[in-house]
Amino acid sequence: MTSTPSSRDTVLASVRRALGVTSREAPRRQEVEARLASHPAGVIPARAQLPPAERLELFKAMALGAASSLDHLASAAEVPGAIAAYLSTRDLPLKLLRGADPRLAALPWSSAPQIDVWIGPSDGRQPVGLSHAFAGIAESGTLVLFSGADNPTTLNFLPDHHLVVLEAKDVVADYETAWARVRAQFPDGQLPRAINMITGPSRSADIEQTLLLGAHGPRSLHVLLVGAPS
Amino acid sequence: MSVAITSPEFKQNATEALADPQLQAALAKAGPGFVGKRRDAIAKLPEFDALRDSVRDIKNHTLAHLDLYLERFEEKVREAGGQVHFAVDAAEAREIITGICQRLDARTVTKSKSMVSEEIGINDHLAAAGITPVETDLGEYIIQIRGESPSHIIAPAIHLNKDQVEADFRRVHTDLPADRDLVEPTALLAEARGELRQRFLAADVGLTGANVLVAETGAAVIVTNEGNADLTQTLPKAHIVLASIEKLVPTLEDAHQLLRVLARSASGQDMSVYTTFACGPRRALDPDGPGEFHVVLLDNGRSAMLGGTLKEMLRCIRCGACMNHCPVYQSVGGHAYGWVYPGPMGSVLTPAMIGIDKGANLPNASTFCGRCEEVCPVRIPLPKLLRHWRQQEFERHLTPAPQRYGLKLWAFLARNGWLYRPATRLAMRALSLFGRDKGRFASMPLAGGWTATRDFPAPEGDTFQAQWRARKAAGTTSRSPAP
Ligand code: SF4
Repeated sequence: MTSTPSSRDTVLASVRRALGVTSREAPRRQEVEARLASHPAGVIPARAQLPPAERLELFKAMALGAASSLDHLASAAEVPGAIAAYLSTRDLPLKLLRGADPRLAALPWSSAPQIDVWIGPSDGRQPVGLSHAFAGIAESGTLVLFSGADNPTTLNFLPDHHLVVLEAKDVVADYETAWARVRAQFPDGQLPRAINMITGPSRSADIEQTLLLGAHGPRSLHVLLVGAPS
Repeated sequence: MSVAITSPEFKQNATEALADPQLQAALAKAGPGFVGKRRDAIAKLPEFDALRDSVRDIKNHTLAHLDLYLERFEEKVREAGGQVHFAVDAAEAREIITGICQRLDARTVTKSKSMVSEEIGINDHLAAAGITPVETDLGEYIIQIRGESPSHIIAPAIHLNKDQVEADFRRVHTDLPADRDLVEPTALLAEARGELRQRFLAADVGLTGANVLVAETGAAVIVTNEGNADLTQTLPKAHIVLASIEKLVPTLEDAHQLLRVLARSASGQDMSVYTTFACGPRRALDPDGPGEFHVVLLDNGRSAMLGGTLKEMLRCIRCGACMNHCPVYQSVGGHAYGWVYPGPMGSVLTPAMIGIDKGANLPNASTFCGRCEEVCPVRIPLPKLLRHWRQQEFERHLTPAPQRYGLKLWAFLARNGWLYRPATRLAMRALSLFGRDKGRFASMPLAGGWTATRDFPAPEGDTFQAQWRARKAAGTTSRSPAP
C-alpha cells in the first residue's frame, strides 16, 4: 500500500501554507540545491585534527575508552595468528564466520590452520564474526562498515564476538573525512544499503541507569588494527 | 500500548507521584547521573556551544525549506528502491503500517524504541489486527510486559527499580527455571537478550523510528546502544521507518553536527554505540538485509506549527536533557504528564498535539527556572513557549476561575499604582503574620496544593517596591532605574 497522492499533497501544501511559500520560488530552490551540492562541514572539533601517528593513538585511546579491545599488528600477515590467540585465550571454539571481502580472503589463513573459517551471513548460531572496516574515526574510536556480500551486516550484530580488521591508513580524524571517502568510493551517490558506525560493544543502561555491556549486539568488539598510518 | 490521555489530571497525577516512595527513590537515583554524565562529556568538548549554534541553524534552515527537502528525501529513497508514505495524522500512519504488515502476512513485528510510535499508538492497533508487536529496547520491553508506557523519552523504564524488573521477568518468562539467580542486573540483561533473540530471528517486519533523515541520500539514521534497532531492521522481510517530518536535515555532514550534540546531551556519550545509516532495501548481491524498505513520514500537526510561535519546538532532537534538568520532572516523573511526551518539551508539544483543552495543565508544570533552555542542545526557548501556552490558555478562559480573577485583580491593581502599593503591603502583612516564626509556611489558606509537599517561603520584610524606595532614599541601590 502506498499513501494516496492526496496525503502527500496535503502535507506538502500544509508545510507551504505555514511557511507562506509556493513550490515555485527559484531562490529557495537554488539555496537548497547549493546546500546539497556544497554539503558544508560545519563545526569540526579540534580534538582529532592531529598528525597521523597521534591521530592513530587517539583512535586507539577512544576505542578502548568505549570498551572495545584492540591488537595493533605490524602487518596483515599477523591477523590469523592474532585471531587464533583471541579465540583460545577466551576459550572460544576455533571457528569464525566472515564475508567475501577480498582483503579478508587474502589473509594468510594457512598460518593458523587450526581456525575453521566459514563464509556467509550469520543466522545467529556463530559465536564469532569477522569483518573488514571501511574506515576508523579517531574523534570517537568509531568503526565504519558497509553492508554487502563482502561484509554482511548480520556479522556486525548477531555473533557474541565481533572482530574487525582496520587498516591504520584508513583511520581518519573525523566523520566528515570518512564521508568524503565514502563519496569518492560511490561517485554515483548510490550508497550501500546500510552504513554502520560502531563505537564499542553493545550495552544498556535501562535497569536503574547502570551501564551493562552485552545487550542485543556483540558482548565484545575486538579491533585488529593493521600497519602504520600512511 | 497506546497511551491514554490523563494530562487534564496532571495535578492529581503529580500528587500521587509525589506520594509514591518507590517512584521517588527511582527518580532520586537516576536524575543526578544524567546531569553529571552530560556535564562531563561537554567539559571534554570545547566546541559544544558552537555545535549547538550550528545545529540550531541547520534545523532552522531545513524547516524553512522543509517542503523541498521532503521532496528530495522522497526522491532519493525511491531511487534506492524504497517507498515513502506520507501520513497526515496518527490514524493514517497506523493504517499504512498495519497495511504493509498485513500484505506480508506478518505475525510478529519487532520494534526498536520510537516515541513517534507511541504518539500514534501503533502497538494496540497492530494487536487488534492480530499482529504481535515486540518491543526490543530493554527498557521498552520491560514496560511492555508491565502494560505501561514510557516515562522518559530516552530511558523509558526510569521509574522502575531492579527488583520490579526481576519480579516481572519471573512472572512472564515462565519457561525458565523458577529458582534461577537474578540478583545481578547482568543476569536480567542476559535473560532479556535470550528471550528477545528468538523474537528477532522470527519477526516478519521490523519497525524503527529515526533520529535523523538525510535528504541528500534518503538515509534514515537510527541510533542505539543495544544494537536492537539493527537486528530489528536487518533480519525481517521488511523494514518500516516511522519518522516525523521535522527529522530531516540536508546532508550527511549536517547529520553529524546533530549527532555530536545528541549523544552528549542524552547520555553523556561522545557517540552512541550504533549509528546506522539505512539507505533502502537489500541490494541484488546482498546476502542479508530487509527485502522492503518503507519510510512513513508523519505530520500529525507539525506542519501547522511551522507557521507560528511553536515553530522553534520543531528543532527538538528528543535528547531528554530538558527533563533530566527539570525540577518538576525530577519530582513527579514522566507518567504524571499524562501523555507520550513528558517534561518541558512535552509540556510544549502535548497541547499542540492533543489540544489545549486537554493539555492546558502542562504549561503550568514549570517553575520557569530556565534550566531546560540552558541545556537544550538546539537552543529551544522552552520557557517562552510555555508562557505562550499559558497566554493562550488564559485567553481561551480555560484557567480555573479563582486564578483568572486573581490575575485580573492583580492586573487592575498593577495598572493603578496608588492602589497596588497599599494592597500589596496589606497582603504582605497578612502573610508574615501566618509565617512569623519559621520564615516559611507549612500550610496556607487556598494554597494546599503547594504546601502539601513543600513549604512556601514567608516574606521577611516589606514589599519589593517599598524596600526599593527605602534603599534608594538611603543611597544603597546598586543601579538606578532608567529615567
Ligand atoms: S527540547 Fe531540547 S533538551 Fe528537550 S528533548 Fe528537545 S532537544 Fe532535548
